[in-house]
Amino acid sequence: MNKDILICGVGGQGTVLASKIIAASAMDEGNTVHSAETIGMAQRGGSVTSHVRIGEDAYSPLIPYGNADMILAFEPAEALRNLKYLSEDGVAIVNTVPTKPVTESLTETGYDGRKITAYLKDKCSCVFVDSDEVCAPFKSSKFFNIILLGIASGTGKLGIDKDTILKQIEKRVPAKFVETNKEAFITGYGIGEKSE
Amino acid sequence: MKEYVMGNGAIALGALTAGVNLVAGYPGTPSSEIIETVSKYPHEGIHLEWSVNEKAALEVAAAASYSGARSLVTMKQVGLNVASDPLMSLAYVGVKGGMVIVSADDPGPISSQTEQDTRRFADFCRIPVFDPSSPEEAYEMIQDAFDYSEKYSTPVLFRPTTRVCHAYASIEIPDEYSPREFEGFVKDSRKWVIFPRLSYNNHGMIEKRNVEIGKDFSAYKFNSHNAKKTSKAIVTSGISYSYVKEVLKTYEDVRIIRVATAYPFPEDFMKDSLEGVKEVLCIEELSPYIEEQILKTAGKFHIDIEVKGKLDGTVPHNGEMSTELASRIISEYLGADLVSKVADTDDAPELPLRPPVLCAGCPHRASFYAVKQATKGKKAFYCGDIGCYTLGNAMPLDMVDTCLCMGAGITMAQGFDHTHDDSYSFAFVGDSTFFASGMTGVVNAVYNEADMILCVLDNSTTAMTGHQPHPGTGRNMMGDIVDKVDIARILEAMGVVRVVTVDPLDLELSIRTVKECMEIKGVKAIIFKSPCIAITRPEKKCGVDTEKCINCKKCIREIGCPALITADGQVTIDTNLCTGCNLCAQICPVHAIGGGSHE
Ligand code: SF4
Ligand code: SF4
Repeated sequence: MNKDILICGVGGQGTVLASKIIAASAMDEGNTVHSAETIGMAQRGGSVTSHVRIGEDAYSPLIPYGNADMILAFEPAEALRNLKYLSEDGVAIVNTVPTKPVTESLTETGYDGRKITAYLKDKCSCVFVDSDEVCAPFKSSKFFNIILLGIASGTGKLGIDKDTILKQIEKRVPAKFVETNKEAFITGYGIGEKSE
Repeated sequence: MKEYVMGNGAIALGALTAGVNLVAGYPGTPSSEIIETVSKYPHEGIHLEWSVNEKAALEVAAAASYSGARSLVTMKQVGLNVASDPLMSLAYVGVKGGMVIVSADDPGPISSQTEQDTRRFADFCRIPVFDPSSPEEAYEMIQDAFDYSEKYSTPVLFRPTTRVCHAYASIEIPDEYSPREFEGFVKDSRKWVIFPRLSYNNHGMIEKRNVEIGKDFSAYKFNSHNAKKTSKAIVTSGISYSYVKEVLKTYEDVRIIRVATAYPFPEDFMKDSLEGVKEVLCIEELSPYIEEQILKTAGKFHIDIEVKGKLDGTVPHNGEMSTELASRIISEYLGADLVSKVADTDDAPELPLRPPVLCAGCPHRASFYAVKQATKGKKAFYCGDIGCYTLGNAMPLDMVDTCLCMGAGITMAQGFDHTHDDSYSFAFVGDSTFFASGMTGVVNAVYNEADMILCVLDNSTTAMTGHQPHPGTGRNMMGDIVDKVDIARILEAMGVVRVVTVDPLDLELSIRTVKECMEIKGVKAIIFKSPCIAITRPEKKCGVDTEKCINCKKCIREIGCPALITADGQVTIDTNLCTGCNLCAQICPVHAIGGGSHE
């Protein structure tokens, strides 16, 4: 299998855990995996990306432009910022809830994500999700990364068995949150299945 | 045993597999995780340390290698400038046990001051350099580097770049490894004491030896080409080799020549690789080092060949290489279309910028603000330094006028003082930077009668690079609790006329302290002491009392804390970000903010 998956968002949204789970699950199924994360200053409220490259046929640690089979975007502007990575037949799973820049209160940009979401709808094949809405039953936005992962899995385009992912979730989240995270994943999976 | 690790982890595991005995370094992106990985894996019998700076690390390691032990030294490329004094001499003296100096380059630059090229440094010092193109290679190559170092009794450089350091891959490591047995130091002053005579003799010997190493490298497995018989060739190295392979996945008809050891240049290998080639394109990052070597080789052997690369403008000098950039350059070179189709986003709505800012509740914000308030209406220079606190330059604080290199703020403040009679000179330095290279600057100020105020932003960690311990933290990498080196006592002993320690989050006291120091002549120091919020994770939160708040926005305008936001026109506090530092509460004219920890 050869798959390139790009995960993007804003520092603090839990993108790294999502990418670690995808990478580890793909390895559990016997694939060669390479990945790369943003490190350093960019983490402080800045844009973050994780590149996960599954398969033997990957040389660059970063996904080349136009090659990603899937983009998992935790934030609409970050989806657009990374759109150049998406392949022509790739799919973007996009959170419609914007994260305003931390400097917003100083220089107001009026950014609310709506224009970008509308633009993305025309540009590529997208699955939109409202993080506030899907997280409401869990009473915390902390589970959004796992819900998004569930959606990705539910679309059937991740190429990894859902039980393999669930096992990795069990391994990687603190014991007292395992059950809720599994529920979050299943919730997302349902949404993903219904998309398109 | 298979391990999924970062390139830096692969380097660490390679060194452990090679039986390294001593590991020392100074943190710096993109190299910091090498030492952290060593500390996470079994390392019984290995001495591991974060040294006070790169020069110290290299000297500690040199003695180990004189004794026959294998040593690893880690730093980022600008750290090599600091370590260059011992390195230049060590290159003449040589070593007994293998010594590998990892100097991680940062094309872009992504998080560095310069785009310098360690391969050129290797040439300058006349010592070998290895250039891995992936984590997998780095693991193998660093073991080879130790062997070559011992074979030729010379320290060797190992030069990964950011994308290799931070890329993850699976590495197969042995289940067990252990540090090597070594003889111990054998005294011989003709060998280990550098004198003009030794330098003269060894200089001649080294130049002859390097010709030998160049020949040896010509047979090194990572210097290779794909044997395609074409008149066009692409020469590449390091991470650029990975990009070139990515671009040419589906295009077979071109010779790809890869150079893994830029110095001593494997001339014979290159001569053979260029057999039948009429034109080469050099794809490399940073300086056109290999390109120049090819021109040299072509000149020397009268090879009639056209060389394209940075020198003729085909490849940009600055910035990173990437698959995209390589695909455009190679497509043009080969007359093929190898550029991936990308969604056209010219008509896209504007994207919000997310510039890095000081974290919400960061005590540095309070320190800068106190100095800003105390110097209001006065002429003052604010010399910054390397660390998170360089971000104090951003609006609305705007408190960093200069930033040059580690420790330079302290000495530059003196230069401003000596050339301006009508102003105050401030230097801001973090605790780790103070130990690394700030102390000598303070002695210089005292001795040469500067009039300045040193602000030590002491947050008890090395926050910028991932919270490594340093002499002021009371912990070291051997896992021991050690006596904290006391910055205030150091400054007093150096003859600083006034040394005051304040909590920057007490705004009034901080402003008063700065003003008092401005009244005194000579070198004064204020230690703004408050822990980094990323390690203490404070629980308290502040809130805005909307009844009292007059929405003047002074809090937002003055300090720019990212937790202060407006929602539907009303100033509020984002409790996900707020640390309850209470700085804003001390600024609000109507005392509308409360709930923090410093009331
Ligand atoms: S108390 Fe005020 S200044 Fe401090 S973190 Fe909270 S909002 Fe920011
Ligand atoms: S400074 Fe005080 S009154 Fe002014 S907006 Fe901020 S909280 Fe409200």
